[in-house]
Amino acid sequence: MMLPAYYVTLAGYIGLATIVALGLVLLTGIAGQTSFGQASFAGLAAYATALLPGTPPPLALLAGLVLTGSVAWLLGLITARLSGHFLALCSVAWGISFSALFGTLPWLHGFNGIGGIRPLTLGPLSAADPLVTVAVIWAAVALSWLALRNLLDSRPGRAIRTLAAARDMAESMGIDTVRLSRATFVLAALAAALSGFLFAHFQRFISPTPFSLTASIEYLFMVIIGGAAHLPGALLGAVLVTLLREELTDWIPRLTGATGNFEAVAFSLVVIVLLQRAPGGLFAVLRARLPAAGAPVRAAAAAPAHAAAPPPAAGPAPPALVVAGISKRFGGLAANQDVSFTVGAAEIVALIGPNGAGKSTLFDIISGQLRADLGEVRLFGHPVGRLPARHIAARGLARTFQHVKLLPGMSVGGNIALGAHLAGRCGVLRAMLRADRAEERRLHALAAAAATRVGLADLLGRPAGTLALGQQRLVEIARALCLAPRLLLLDEPAAGLRHQEKQALAALLRQLRAEGVAVLLVEHDMGFVMDLADRVVVMEFGRRIAEGVPAAVQADPAVLEAYLGGAP
Amino acid sequence: MTPFVFLALLQDGLATGAIYLLLAVGLLIAFSVTRVIFVPQGDLLALATLTAAQLESGQVPGTLWVLDALAALALLLDLARLRGRMRWRALLPWALYPAAVTLAALFGPRAAPWFAKLLALGVITPLGPLIWRFAFRPVADAPVLTLLILATALHFVVAGVGMVAFGPDGASVAPLVAATLLLGPFAVSGQSLAILLCCAALVLALRFFFAATLTGRALRAAASDRLGARLVGIDAAGSGSRAFALAAFIAALSGILIGAATPIAYDAGFEIGLKGFVAAIIGGLASYPAAAAGAVLVGVLESLGSFWSSAYRDVIVFALLIPVLAWLSWRSRGAGGA
Repeated sequence: MMLPAYYVTLAGYIGLATIVALGLVLLTGIAGQTSFGQASFAGLAAYATALLPGTPPPLALLAGLVLTGSVAWLLGLITARLSGHFLALCSVAWGISFSALFGTLPWLHGFNGIGGIRPLTLGPLSAADPLVTVAVIWAAVALSWLALRNLLDSRPGRAIRTLAAARDMAESMGIDTVRLSRATFVLAALAAALSGFLFAHFQRFISPTPFSLTASIEYLFMVIIGGAAHLPGALLGAVLVTLLREELTDWIPRLTGATGNFEAVAFSLVVIVLLQRAPGGLFAVLRARLPAAGAPVRAAAAAPAHAAAPPPAAGPAPPALVVAGISKRFGGLAANQDVSFTVGAAEIVALIGPNGAGKSTLFDIISGQLRADLGEVRLFGHPVGRLPARHIAARGLARTFQHVKLLPGMSVGGNIALGAHLAGRCGVLRAMLRADRAEERRLHALAAAAATRVGLADLLGRPAGTLALGQQRLVEIARALCLAPRLLLLDEPAAGLRHQEKQALAALLRQLRAEGVAVLLVEHDMGFVMDLADRVVVMEFGRRIAEGVPAAVQADPAVLEAYLGGAP
Repeated sequence: MTPFVFLALLQDGLATGAIYLLLAVGLLIAFSVTRVIFVPQGDLLALATLTAAQLESGQVPGTLWVLDALAALALLLDLARLRGRMRWRALLPWALYPAAVTLAALFGPRAAPWFAKLLALGVITPLGPLIWRFAFRPVADAPVLTLLILATALHFVVAGVGMVAFGPDGASVAPLVAATLLLGPFAVSGQSLAILLCCAALVLALRFFFAATLTGRALRAAASDRLGARLVGIDAAGSGSRAFALAAFIAALSGILIGAATPIAYDAGFEIGLKGFVAAIIGGLASYPAAAAGAVLVGVLESLGSFWSSAYRDVIVFALLIPVLAWLSWRSRGAGGA
């Protein structure tokens, strides 16, 4: 009976590592951040339960979670507005400080550690039998997995997926990316804390060693080796690294005759080769070999035609948008100089001008991505020049981007539903508990309705990255419609569309106007612009050079000069 | 604490701070040109100390063979890639340079302290471009976080090389200056002065390099705008290689300077390197003067901290990061909505 005991212990360690790795998949593979402090987060919870010997385990677990969550929240708060590698470096400093502190503080018994921790009990099942604790560990693995899977398939989950590469876009959909990335960091830390709590009761002895910086890095390596972008990668990495370490610690000293952290060297070499050759990890390699097993194609469940109807404007409405004296410089380049114009409620205004005239800069200023040096932007009568993009989005402005900003791996439906973020309220906790289904159905119905309006209803299940560029622009428009905007900013919406698609788009924009939506669009297709727009604003070298109805602008000598380089 | 003790600690702190300053400068150069946070820099520092120490004791260090093997591999790969169209000028450095260093190590007066130190610089510096060549060049456009994880993995690899080549024991090198200067009752160690002088000389040389030489200005261009630099014909991969050469040279120089004061073991470099990070982060990974101030602060704090409580020395240094990061974060609040 020696062998089974060995395997039971090994299974326990694999489970414990999997829980930490699951959190890291969320943090690193999906949200594009990383942490070198996961082992020390586990350590906090482990010490918490060890130092509360008389406390019932659930309370001790709660204490550990609260403690770890608070520390992670503080670390996230400190680095909130810095780019991701600062959080990573901060977590290095935290990890080292943790080991140094816990190795020296006398009341923590330093490197002698704390022993005699009670095993967990499950009702009548005394856990003197390690099998019971291992069962508890794997139950925790299953629950964490389920919770994270639920989370990833939800409103906050979609938003988390924007954190890695599309934060600007997310902000203009009304998503608070700073808060969300801190929440993600805390969630990953809580997973580590759960693992640390179980570790203490499984091993029944703790010291600072298993919570060192090296251990944190090893968790990170697990995730890179297994595959950081998908939950199964966590399990794969935990199994491989734990088993290999068992083998290597046996074999390497025999081969080299030296002691040292050689298994870390071996894992490092594997990590280097994988990052160069297969950044998706072994899971991605395996999945590419296997036949596509049930790709998550969510059919558009016949959505009720629940159009994103804007609230009708009552009484003498203020203009949708007033741009007054906007100037913006980038070093020596004046991108916008004293630009002013208005967009009335239910009016389509086109902003045209040669490349480099400052149109996209102006869009970024209006939508809150950039801040103007001088001048004022008023949205429906309220100044918004100092508001962040997500607050402007909440006030009824939606936009698309000149360079399409979609999540290429996410379905078209998911991408569009990002625009419905502000129409929902369910947070991380309700998403993990699956208590968000009614709201999810409502958001997906909104997305399906928007897709129908732009003519993409058949493509909801397709990954957005597989669409033609013109269709990707339509996805962006549908996403913007989900915000139920009262002002729509479209940056080159017709680029890449075929003739019929352009006509359909023009019809859609006219219909939106009839519903009371104001539209400001940048577009180079003059036929499209002149047919559609009520008024045209022309920019050149950052200045407004003309404004008026299409026919007047077409005859304006300054415009002809700008476009044709000299009066005919 | 008496004034004498304070002055002695201050002197120690300034000398260590100068080393951290060098490391911070190396990190900033590597980061700004390649976006790689060069974690193994500290490990290269340890390799340099151990290489110089072993040369001084008359042995041929294992790192020399590592250099030869990596250079030969680079040469073979380049040959295979170029096949018919030989560009000898591009290939020669990887053949001639290691050969020259190897000959100098085998037949030169390697036990002479100055020769050993120069040779150690010569062995460790090219490891920078070789690390770039094998680890980072294939993924030069990857996200910063991927590069950071890769650099972390390299830390274990370089430390592993040190373990195999030199074993677990620490070693120190002969000081550059053995004399002690007496200012009244106060003793100033010659080595501390030498460290400060070397640091100042290197900073001035780098200023000249980046301001007045074409290579240096090309590196600056590559750092400020990678795409733009490529458009005007600056070779991005070559810039990376040169940045890593500078970072490795700085690490090696730091190693033979600090190795005279304290014995360095193969695994001691990582923590020294991290303190260089703390200094560089204080500079926001962008500003050299702020990083210099940070380095001196870290050195002095560490020195004073070790007097009060050697156990909490590292905690004090790393805890310094927290207010700094909070301030950096707060300051960047104004820039942009997100």
